[in-house]
Amino acid sequence: MVERTPILNFFTHLILFVGFVFCVAPFVIVAIAASHNLKDVNDVPMSMLPGSDFWINIKTAWTTADLGPKLLNSFIMAFGVAAGKVIVSALTAFSIVYFRYPGRMLIFWLIFITLMLPLEVRIVPTYAVVANVLEPYQTIMDLTGLSWLIEKISGVQVSLSLGLLNSYSGLILPLVATATGTFLYRQFFLTVPDELTEAARMDGAGALRFFVDILLPLSRNNMAALGTIMFLWAWNQYLWPLLITTDQSHAMAVTELKQLIPNVGGAPEWHIAMAGTLIVMLPPLIVVVLMQRWFVRGLIATEK
Amino acid sequence: MEKRVTFGRWTIGILFAVPQLLLIFTFFYWPAGQAVYWSLTLQQPWGGGNIWVGLDNFRSILANADYWNSITASLIFAGISTGLAMVIALVLAALTDRQLAGSWLYRVVLIWPYGIAAPALAMAFRFILAPEAGFMAFANHFWPGVWDPGLDSADAMASIIIAFSWKYVGYNFIFFLAAFQAIPRSLIEAAAMDGSGVIRRFWDIQFPLITPTIFFLLVINITESFQDSFGIVDIMTAGGPANATNLMVYKIYSDGFKGLDYSGAAAQSIILMLLIIALTIVQFRFIERRVHYR
Repeated sequence: MVERTPILNFFTHLILFVGFVFCVAPFVIVAIAASHNLKDVNDVPMSMLPGSDFWINIKTAWTTADLGPKLLNSFIMAFGVAAGKVIVSALTAFSIVYFRYPGRMLIFWLIFITLMLPLEVRIVPTYAVVANVLEPYQTIMDLTGLSWLIEKISGVQVSLSLGLLNSYSGLILPLVATATGTFLYRQFFLTVPDELTEAARMDGAGALRFFVDILLPLSRNNMAALGTIMFLWAWNQYLWPLLITTDQSHAMAVTELKQLIPNVGGAPEWHIAMAGTLIVMLPPLIVVVLMQRWFVRGLIATEK
Repeated sequence: MEKRVTFGRWTIGILFAVPQLLLIFTFFYWPAGQAVYWSLTLQQPWGGGNIWVGLDNFRSILANADYWNSITASLIFAGISTGLAMVIALVLAALTDRQLAGSWLYRVVLIWPYGIAAPALAMAFRFILAPEAGFMAFANHFWPGVWDPGLDSADAMASIIIAFSWKYVGYNFIFFLAAFQAIPRSLIEAAAMDGSGVIRRFWDIQFPLITPTIFFLLVINITESFQDSFGIVDIMTAGGPANATNLMVYKIYSDGFKGLDYSGAAAQSIILMLLIIALTIVQFRFIERRVHYR
């Protein structure tokens, strides 16, 4: 350090340590509460020494909330969203950066605006769309007279209908439909030297070849960062899965937590609730710890 | 910034953008338009389509005391939790940036909370702050009835604020630390040579240089407090007691999907959208300053 400041250093350590304790305490308390039995967890004050019922509680929470399939659903959805974002965003950014076509700026802005309105504020109509994902197209055909025309000519009445409630596509697609990753790729593509493109073209590479063999391998870091952040984001989604999975077989781990809230009458089973919470908390926590570098990088890059 | 070298066949270029355009049309623009349509019409109780009612939905919402209560609660929640999360994160990041022995530990650990799902941490805090079993029971033991989020509105609001702030301290910490580390070391050393102390250097050099980050985080925190609060409210208080924590997104959800009042919920969504768009525009006004400092 630049100078000696023993008193200030002491307070620096003290404050940081207090911050550390407040940050870690909830994790510790959840883990300890998950190891107690019904009586100990409701003791005032609760003992901070771990009890002996940890695995029993984990097992009970696992079966009560049926967490096995729910965790699998969460994984499928989170991987789906992460993969979808990584792929779709790369394609779009490539199109915006490497081509000149009329309406390119319009497309850029159409995508950019989606950053403004998160899914949470437009849940009601998005839900209606997912209930019948072809409804927009049906309405357009009705309004333009296209369906009338088709009915006149072929005698077939057009009624497009494809419900995505209680399906993985219904869960995943609306979450992919924002611009978060597109701008991450765009900023990166803009820094790729033009000489690389020239060289590739001189060697006879077309657009697709250049994209797959040069641009994508160069973007590996960005893909890791975006994938990590999107995986966590999707895993932690709550409102959307809550709405569209009315059927238990498609429910997510995070939404299942609600089943574990102790009811008001009777002794509150906090030990089970905390065991369930621990299970649901763990996967994202592991991802953050193992992928910390990508996580931080993705967070800073996607928000800017 | 534009590319000098591009590919000629622009029909292929458009094809690359088609997947995303289809997605945002179906799941973004259509629903957003639908929300506007619903907010201006009223669904007939026995079918038969929607009838045009103009701004009546907005009028009835804005005349509703419950809605104003929800707006007030959201603003209180946004104000206090943003303030808490930002000030604590700023202090911790500034101290971590001093790079004393062991600061790597804080750099690693302090961002963990941001990885946790809002409902999961809400469940943890529901237990930690439970009046009958957790640690607040200890306080209630000495001063009976001092803490009960199930009955007292202020306690309930305090619970969701604590849970939300805990998560976003981690988030803000990452950005503040990145901003502090982007400040050239030579600046700090030059100031130290001129005899200014740590605190003086913070207020005169570091703080002014990270103001762009502060503005940026301010907007993000407020926007997130509207969205990410849903899981916390749903698990911890379910909008209660007496609607004290019935924040805007939660009210849209309960009116739209439990009360089945699509038109009212759509009108509320439009108001929330306008609010968030206004915030985003404010953010863009500061984007120039942010770029300027880099």
